[in-house]
Amino acid sequence: MGKIPERAALAHMYAVMQTTTACDERFREEVRAGQLQAAFYPVRGLEGVCAALGAVIGPRDYLVSTYRNLGDAIAKGVPLGAVVAEAAGRVTGVSKGKGGPMHLQDLAAGLMATTGIVGSGIPIAAGLALAAQLDDDGRVAAATFGDGATAIGAYHEAMNLAALWQLPMVFVCQNNGWAEHTPLGEYVANPDLAGRAAAYGMTAIAVDGFDPIATWQVLDEAVTRARSGGGPTFVECRTYRLLGHVGLGDYSYMPEHELEAAMERDPAPNFRRWLISQELATETELEQIDHEAAAAVDAAFEFAMSSPPPGPEELHRDVFLDESMLVVQ
Amino acid sequence: MTAPVSAPVSSEDAAEVKRMSLGAALNSALDCALALDEKVILLGEDIADPAGGVFKVTRGLSTKYGTRRVRATPIAEQAIVGASIGAALGGYRPVVEIMFFDFVAIAMDQIVNHAAKLRYMSGGVTPVPITIRTLVGNNRFGPQHAQQLEAWFMHTPGIKVVMPSTPTEAKGLLLSCIFDEDPCLFIEHSNLLFTQKDDVSPADYRIPLGSADLKRAGADVSIITYGAEVHSSLAAAEILSAEGIDAAVLDLRSLVPLDLPAILGSVGNTGRALVVHAAPTFGGPGAEIAALITESLHSELRAPVRRLGGANVPVAFANELEVAPTAQSIAAATRALCA
Repeated sequence: MGKIPERAALAHMYAVMQTTTACDERFREEVRAGQLQAAFYPVRGLEGVCAALGAVIGPRDYLVSTYRNLGDAIAKGVPLGAVVAEAAGRVTGVSKGKGGPMHLQDLAAGLMATTGIVGSGIPIAAGLALAAQLDDDGRVAAATFGDGATAIGAYHEAMNLAALWQLPMVFVCQNNGWAEHTPLGEYVANPDLAGRAAAYGMTAIAVDGFDPIATWQVLDEAVTRARSGGGPTFVECRTYRLLGHVGLGDYSYMPEHELEAAMERDPAPNFRRWLISQELATETELEQIDHEAAAAVDAAFEFAMSSPPPGPEELHRDVFLDESMLVVQ
Repeated sequence: MTAPVSAPVSSEDAAEVKRMSLGAALNSALDCALALDEKVILLGEDIADPAGGVFKVTRGLSTKYGTRRVRATPIAEQAIVGASIGAALGGYRPVVEIMFFDFVAIAMDQIVNHAAKLRYMSGGVTPVPITIRTLVGNNRFGPQHAQQLEAWFMHTPGIKVVMPSTPTEAKGLLLSCIFDEDPCLFIEHSNLLFTQKDDVSPADYRIPLGSADLKRAGADVSIITYGAEVHSSLAAAEILSAEGIDAAVLDLRSLVPLDLPAILGSVGNTGRALVVHAAPTFGGPGAEIAALITESLHSELRAPVRRLGGANVPVAFANELEVAPTAQSIAAATRALCA
């Protein structure tokens, strides 16, 4: 099996996955009930990839994520109440309700930005990796993005830059098989994303993204390589999107048999069974984590829904450092 | 709004002042910034020695400060601007060179959706203190190397827009941009890079953004302009002076922030305003400025505010197909306004 995380780290990975699954489901419930008017991008299917990344990078390491960001935010340790409050447009949100669910960041957690535009966070992550390289302080920068991002120009420009400058960076491709509503095979001639990445002159590895331990092993090596000056790594985490692209979802375009097969590999329950079978956690321990995850989600929604929206003074604030620079409001 | 600064404030002995072109003054500004703050880094195509930039503005800087801080990049504007945004989030003050203004189109997503919005959409958590230097070519390069696109960025909340007209001001304004806490677009004009020379201090000095400079006082009409058109406007004012028309020329120096008090002050005195720029009149900066003047001073105006911008066309190659205002066309428009 190779190297695996410590027992406590495994428990934390499971907690991240279970919290992500529970929070994702709660988001959709609230949208369905009309309690939340937000474009929510389900993260179901990616829980193992998010947890594995969270286990190999620390709060000092940089992460730039994309709009399907809930698992990344939880894995990076962003306070869940502030995440949910942001999605609800409340002043207690991570962006005071001015960014919404697609725009999360938390400097203390090292989540530097999440972008709503496919692929555009990748050059920004390369810039953070450049800062880390110049600072020479052992930090790494990771970018998470879907398979769809591998078709856009910003991705290719950033891949070349990172390889050229040997930046301490990990490209985490969450290959969920779908670019919005179009399957991988219909928008690229060569679906071997890792193979294409290797052509830029960097280490590139494909891994089963439904296997949190295999993913952890590959990401751990990638981070170690980046920290030791070995340059960037591209990791293609092969999973499947268990829900629609956005909101409550339109599944009509997703083949039923593919969805059913993927659902068999639902990350959190499978990881739970594996931990028990390997005697790496007890049922009692995992029940405790399940309970804590549910409680954390309840508390986050309670906090968010009882928080006020931003006041009118926030409208013109934060365009510039000095609000008077707007001149004409 | 800060008071206009006409003369640079130098901490160094006046004897050290050197004759500098605008290009040399920019080089001096970058040199100062790199020396002052180790977090200042430069990124752009061909900017490292021996090339030193296609217009030589960055010549010598990679040799002096090393290629870790003065980095030549691939031809990849999205990566250049995106990486500078990331480096800024990581504590650096990147100064980016986009070779020609037309090429910002390649980097628009990074500039508009990220650099300009990240402070706002994070509720103030992630400011992006980058400076994007870019250059307006001229018709000798043809339509893809000559356009002035500043109106796009006036219409993009969150980015400052600066365009100097003289070497002394170019240096002071660029240093202000580099040490500003917000993203700044700093627009240079190729026709000004090597023509006029000023006595410029090699020391650090700053000209606040949002402070217009009255380049010429006048009682009859205010010509409000910026960038290369400042010189055409001053030449027009000379022509008009011989005819008994006393024209003021106000150099805005920055469009965002806009020194509205200086504009309204000048037009309040003269009662007439002509807004001049090389960008097309239609949908151009002059439309906004004219509207602001009219909204504030309508009853005091002696004539409707006029705009004189470029023709509503791409910049044509042949010299005979003149697009931007000239001293003659500015004088003619001013004359008509005063008739």
